[in-house]
Amino acid sequence: MDPSRRAPRAVIDPIPKIRQVGFFAPPERSQSGPPDPTHSSPPISSSLSPVMIPPPRHLSDNLLLHAPRPASSPLSAAAAAGGSGNSFDYGAVFFPAPLSPAIPSSSYSSRIIATTGEGGFFKGNGAGGGKVAASSFPRGGFDLTAMKKAAAASVVVPASELTTVSVVNDSLGIPEKEKGNKAGGSAVEVKDQPNSSKQQKPKLSKAERRALQESQRAAKAAAKGEGSKASGTVATMNAKPAKAVKPAQKVDNAAVAASEKKGGEIPPEKDRKKDAPQPRMQYDDKSRVEKAKRRAVVKQTEARNRVELFRHLPQYEHGSQLPDLEAKFFHLSPVHPSVYKVGLQYLTGDIAGGNARCIAMLQAFQEAIKDYKVPHEKTLVRDLTAKISSYVSFLIECRPLSISMGNAIRFLKSHIAKLPLTLSESEAKASLQSDIERFISEKIILANKVIVKHAVTKIRDGDVLLTYGSSSAVEMILLHAHELGKQFRVVVVDSRPKLRGQLLLRRLVEKGLSCTYTHINAVSYIMHEVTRVFLGASAVLSNGTVYSRVGTACVAMVAHAFRVPVIVCCEAYKFHERVQLDSICSNELGNPDVISNVLGREDVKHLDGWANIENLQLLNLVYDATPSDYVSMIVTDYGMVPPTSVPVIVREYGREQVWI
Amino acid sequence: MENQKASAYYENRAVQFGVVSTDWLAQAQSATVHSPPHNNDDDEEIPFSVISEFDRWRKHPDLAEAVAAIRALAAVIRSSKASTMMQLEIQLKNASDTLKCWDTTSISLTAACDLFMRYVTRTSALEYEDFNSAKSRLLERAEKFGEISFKARKIIAMLSQDFIFDGCTILVHGFSRVVLQILKLAAQNNKLFRVFCTEGRPDRTGLRLSNELAKLDVPVKLVIDSAVAYTMDEVDMVFVGADGVVESGGIINMMGTYQISLVAKSMSKPVYVAAESYKFARLYPLDQKDLAPALRPVDFGVPIPSKVEVECSARDYTPPQYLTLLFTDLGVLTPSVVSDELIQLYL
Repeated sequence: MDPSRRAPRAVIDPIPKIRQVGFFAPPERSQSGPPDPTHSSPPISSSLSPVMIPPPRHLSDNLLLHAPRPASSPLSAAAAAGGSGNSFDYGAVFFPAPLSPAIPSSSYSSRIIATTGEGGFFKGNGAGGGKVAASSFPRGGFDLTAMKKAAAASVVVPASELTTVSVVNDSLGIPEKEKGNKAGGSAVEVKDQPNSSKQQKPKLSKAERRALQESQRAAKAAAKGEGSKASGTVATMNAKPAKAVKPAQKVDNAAVAASEKKGGEIPPEKDRKKDAPQPRMQYDDKSRVEKAKRRAVVKQTEARNRVELFRHLPQYEHGSQLPDLEAKFFHLSPVHPSVYKVGLQYLTGDIAGGNARCIAMLQAFQEAIKDYKVPHEKTLVRDLTAKISSYVSFLIECRPLSISMGNAIRFLKSHIAKLPLTLSESEAKASLQSDIERFISEKIILANKVIVKHAVTKIRDGDVLLTYGSSSAVEMILLHAHELGKQFRVVVVDSRPKLRGQLLLRRLVEKGLSCTYTHINAVSYIMHEVTRVFLGASAVLSNGTVYSRVGTACVAMVAHAFRVPVIVCCEAYKFHERVQLDSICSNELGNPDVISNVLGREDVKHLDGWANIENLQLLNLVYDATPSDYVSMIVTDYGMVPPTSVPVIVREYGREQVWI
Repeated sequence: MENQKASAYYENRAVQFGVVSTDWLAQAQSATVHSPPHNNDDDEEIPFSVISEFDRWRKHPDLAEAVAAIRALAAVIRSSKASTMMQLEIQLKNASDTLKCWDTTSISLTAACDLFMRYVTRTSALEYEDFNSAKSRLLERAEKFGEISFKARKIIAMLSQDFIFDGCTILVHGFSRVVLQILKLAAQNNKLFRVFCTEGRPDRTGLRLSNELAKLDVPVKLVIDSAVAYTMDEVDMVFVGADGVVESGGIINMMGTYQISLVAKSMSKPVYVAAESYKFARLYPLDQKDLAPALRPVDFGVPIPSKVEVECSARDYTPPQYLTLLFTDLGVLTPSVVSDELIQLYL
């Protein structure tokens, strides 16, 4: 009974200090206003003296600060269930380490309490939501208790503290730098703030801030598999020590050990969270890259001689991935064969283009859903979402997703989440399969037909149309205009290394269109003959930026300089609410070896062995970003719109998606 | 060139030439197209009724052609003998198509008909079980739309007053009733400003506008069309109306508007467009030739040799980058918002 009574008092003392911090005051006041009377009554009844009367109100503030977080955490945790599941296993392996030095010195009864707590943890938190929710509240309480213990220990027995720190350091493997920072921080705190209540103030505020940022990060990570796994790992690791130590708070060694471990983790997490939230993993962060590598299905060998400006993008040596995957075909039971096949096709480049890749992926998911069985004691919604996430991770390893694929995956996951629980397994599967079928037919195929109908009105007899590369939408437009009997000429601009314009050229000539073929070097020479430019797009972003194959921006800028209208043909499902100002923050790196060879000219070998030359790097970018100033019109399935109206389409499209 | 037939609207305007405040800037191509009458009495009445109703409203000197069309369509609902919602919709659509065929080159007429259909049919009245209740609901919305459109000019005039300051000089091109209303209200508010009117050949619209302004005691200077660049130094802002506002945010207006906007842009003068929202059209021109031509005869005063070709187009397209703001009954908008409004209405 004594320990439980002591905890409330410890919490009460530092609260007035926190209230003085401007950053926290307004949200506390707004959150705690209405339920204040209810929460304040229990502490009052337990108070021993008139001095305690004002603090109870702040106690309720503190309690309510934690209340809203669990409400939001389960939502993001549900989406990250797959990631959490994987990280759980990892955390379990790591968990025994912090307690091992404490166990020999603790009494038998303490050991029983620890075991019970551990068991309760496993039973009570089967779902991912529980994990994330639990991690927020206990950590706050733990920090207060641990901090108080540490302060007392440092005052009473300085020598034993040094010994304990040394032992903990060995067992946890905390880097020396972090240990130094921690020790220095403790010393400074002891000197400058003799009062124990003052020492606890910054710790608690940090804990609250970290919890808040963690829930935000979890929400952002939900959209990306790798991100959610990392978040789950951190959350789980943090949750376990806090839970275990609470029942054993009388054991000084255990408390100090956990405190040291917690302290060691705080600085790197804090530094990382201060950065702006990343939509995807930054590949120049070594620790996270190694985590991802451990989980990867595809064997990835990091490329040498990487371009410094693009070190944050993933780049691997090509050529070693495909044979390795082929050999492992019969061993990768987690990945469905149809998804596996699509991944191989991405790797070899057999399937290219936003629409083709998206359709292939969705059809593979249809096959996987058809063969799917709900495991025992699991719900279809959670388990299927986790499975889809693992498939997506596999596909990302074969080739990074395009934005159209990202939007399609988001659509699929939202539909899985919205399945009524009353549906049987076969009904749910049939519903999902028809949803995917409808997405393909309406958002991709039918959208292309509407785009063709709109764009053809801009083609007149005598026009000279220029297109770059090979876009399926543009090809359909040209063929349809030809069928309508319009007389026009086509200029196909192409560029290395893929030379996809040649495929388009061949198809157009077969249909009888009059064509001119040129390389992108000569685009300024030929632009004076051109009356219209038609371009495809991989994505259109909120600020009107057109994200498309590399070279598109160059063609659009030349056309703009010659005052030729630039028409971008893009389906609405490729629109995205992201804003991007350049081609560096987000891009895809292709195989550098491709640009060191000239197709059809085996004798040109000047760059053989370029990887061994230290001051030479080859950069093969896949995409670029065209600012909206160079775009005259965007033809989409909602009509012809100026680039400034993309956000309206995104908003209306998003709303319509909910209706589906 | 004498063989070129004048547009129906032009003929109508010639008839009303002497009437005070009469004008419509939309130039129309020739040939009024009427639906051939059928033997069925109901079918005979509808096309005849809508056209005659439209003509009746059109003769009102202060009523825009688009508003006349809206009134005519409202009359179709009122006089309809349909017994089901589906029949009423079909009749309304046929009447709308008939009006649009009457003058295929009038952008505001087409836009007004489309917006009217959208506005009227986008209502929960379509879910009424009782047909009479649904019909009265439709009629109510139709009347309301007509009223809103009719009041648009006053709203625009009020919104525009903030942009007219004492001592400013305004260049006006074309005879736009909404622009005239803006200037009239400014004069009534005792603001001191000066107006430059372009001559406006071959219609001499500037002469008519200067006549109207002189009656209001507003200082007016009439400049020939080629003197725009010469006088732009003295100008503080340019006011133009619009035959149509297109999805790109640009406008279609009387010939010369594009030229004036180019001059104003290069000399950093703002160009303000006064246009009612029923002129918003789902068109996206990329250049001048993207529009269906609206022709009118040009009188040079002397006989033109038969080998000489004359440009007879009556209007041009001004891209959005040359326009500063649009004064509409929806508010003061930047050109990029036009597309947003259209998307939200038509989606």
